[in-house]
Amino acid sequence: MALAEPTATRQKELVRMVRQDCGSCHGMTLQGGLGPALLPAALKDKPAEGLAATIYYGRPGTPMPPWQQFLSEAEAAWIVDKLISEFPQ
Amino acid sequence: MKMLRFLFLLAVSGLLAACVGPQLRGTGDLGLIIERASGQVTLINTSSRQPYARIDGLGDLSHASVVYSRDARYAYVFGRDGGLSKIDLLEARIVKRIIQSGNAIGGSISQDGRIVVAQNYTPGGIKAFDAETLELLSEVPAEYAPGKFSKVVGLADAPGNKFAYALFDGGEIWVSDFSNPRQPTTQRFPAGSQPYDGLITPDGRHFLAGLFGEDGIAMLDLWQPEKGARKILENYGRGEQKLPVFKMPHLRGWSVAQGKAYLPAIGRHEVLVVDVATWQEVGRIAVRGQPVFVMARPDGRQVWVNFAFPDYAKVDVIDTLSGKITQELAPGKGILHMEFTPRGEQVWLSARDDNKVVIYNTGNFAQVGEIAVNSPSGIFFTHRAGRIGF
Ligand code: HEC
Repeated sequence: MALAEPTATRQKELVRMVRQDCGSCHGMTLQGGLGPALLPAALKDKPAEGLAATIYYGRPGTPMPPWQQFLSEAEAAWIVDKLISEFPQ
Repeated sequence: MKMLRFLFLLAVSGLLAACVGPQLRGTGDLGLIIERASGQVTLINTSSRQPYARIDGLGDLSHASVVYSRDARYAYVFGRDGGLSKIDLLEARIVKRIIQSGNAIGGSISQDGRIVVAQNYTPGGIKAFDAETLELLSEVPAEYAPGKFSKVVGLADAPGNKFAYALFDGGEIWVSDFSNPRQPTTQRFPAGSQPYDGLITPDGRHFLAGLFGEDGIAMLDLWQPEKGARKILENYGRGEQKLPVFKMPHLRGWSVAQGKAYLPAIGRHEVLVVDVATWQEVGRIAVRGQPVFVMARPDGRQVWVNFAFPDYAKVDVIDTLSGKITQELAPGKGILHMEFTPRGEQVWLSARDDNKVVIYNTGNFAQVGEIAVNSPSGIFFTHRAGRIGF
């Protein structure tokens, strides 16, 4: 799937959201907390679509909430793409 | 930073110009603010409402928490990255810093003030340190089944140099007795599905663990532990679909006012009101988001509530006499924490995304001060030193 890149401004917002708001469970440095680590080493063997679906729909029965009110599926995929490579500061 | 500290020392020594030797000062009106993004803390004075020093080099401070030594001079800062730092508020410096685990979530200090205990996510368990030297004394791995370790949440100090805590993955409450700090003994109690945080009542008698995986709160009576943990507020969600929770509520900070406890519901935009004599629900108050901290002013007349993303620009104030919300405030962006001055005439709120801490008069709700800080999160004043559960 070709990723439609979010605009530069939106990318900034998404990065901030991941570090600050996802960070309350996954840690600001993404090393894990109540939720697991989201660093490349932890995610590299997991299918990207599954991870993007986790972000978009959440995981019922766990504290991982759905984020679909706040981002699109393409944006979730962009986040996963960045998580797997190197997440911007 | 050096400059600030210098100015502070200058100001204080000026007051005592006639004396020789070190200047004397109490710590009762001091405290610190965590600057989560930059690994710094700002030391503040609640009488002057001003910062007086800044200390850096504290590592990853997202979700950092603090407890105080019983003389209220030293702050123990527990960082996300497993760092444990002991800070001298008077000399405004780090006395000692260790990395005690890979991933920590907070800590507590024992009744006698001699043991500092950290609670860890990975490797899951608790570790006890000498409060003076930070030397490791012992550890209790949260191995709830052979080879299975749980994240530990809700650690609270209990009378008798005990610590109560809950196991998120294990679904249990554990109570470890550190009468012999090098050889703790632990009792286990089944609690319920996915405890996410805990608190101890101000008298040190009841330990409560909020459950994420089911509607209800597990409660253990530490005066009669043989009775086991029982569930209170069962089915408060009435089986209705839960709203998504974008940040877990915090229970430490505990609110009891007029014999009633005010607790955050999970997956509902409500504060639950419980009679602490019977532990029955006696009411619920609709608020403007998923509550995170539900904190009573020290006199119990007001309860202040902040919220999870995306409602974290709001703060609601409940008047406990009428049981109604009397103030809907908008103190700033990303309100992460609140702390009352010892007798409650002011409350300090951290507005992370505005890079400031705002100070409100709790009598008339007027803003009376503001301090510029980098991404502030937790605010901790020294009067915590003398309180059970803080
Ligand atoms: C309220 C806590 C919480 C928040 C906030 C949160 N997560 Fe999670 N997340 C979890 C938990 C817990 C899990 C593990 C679920 C399980 O047990 O399978 C998880 C799992 C995940 C996974 C799957 C990891 C894996 O190894 O399978 C991804 C990816 C993820 N989260 C991304 C995010 C992103 C991106 C955000 C912010 C937009 C976010 N999370 C916010 C708690 C949270």
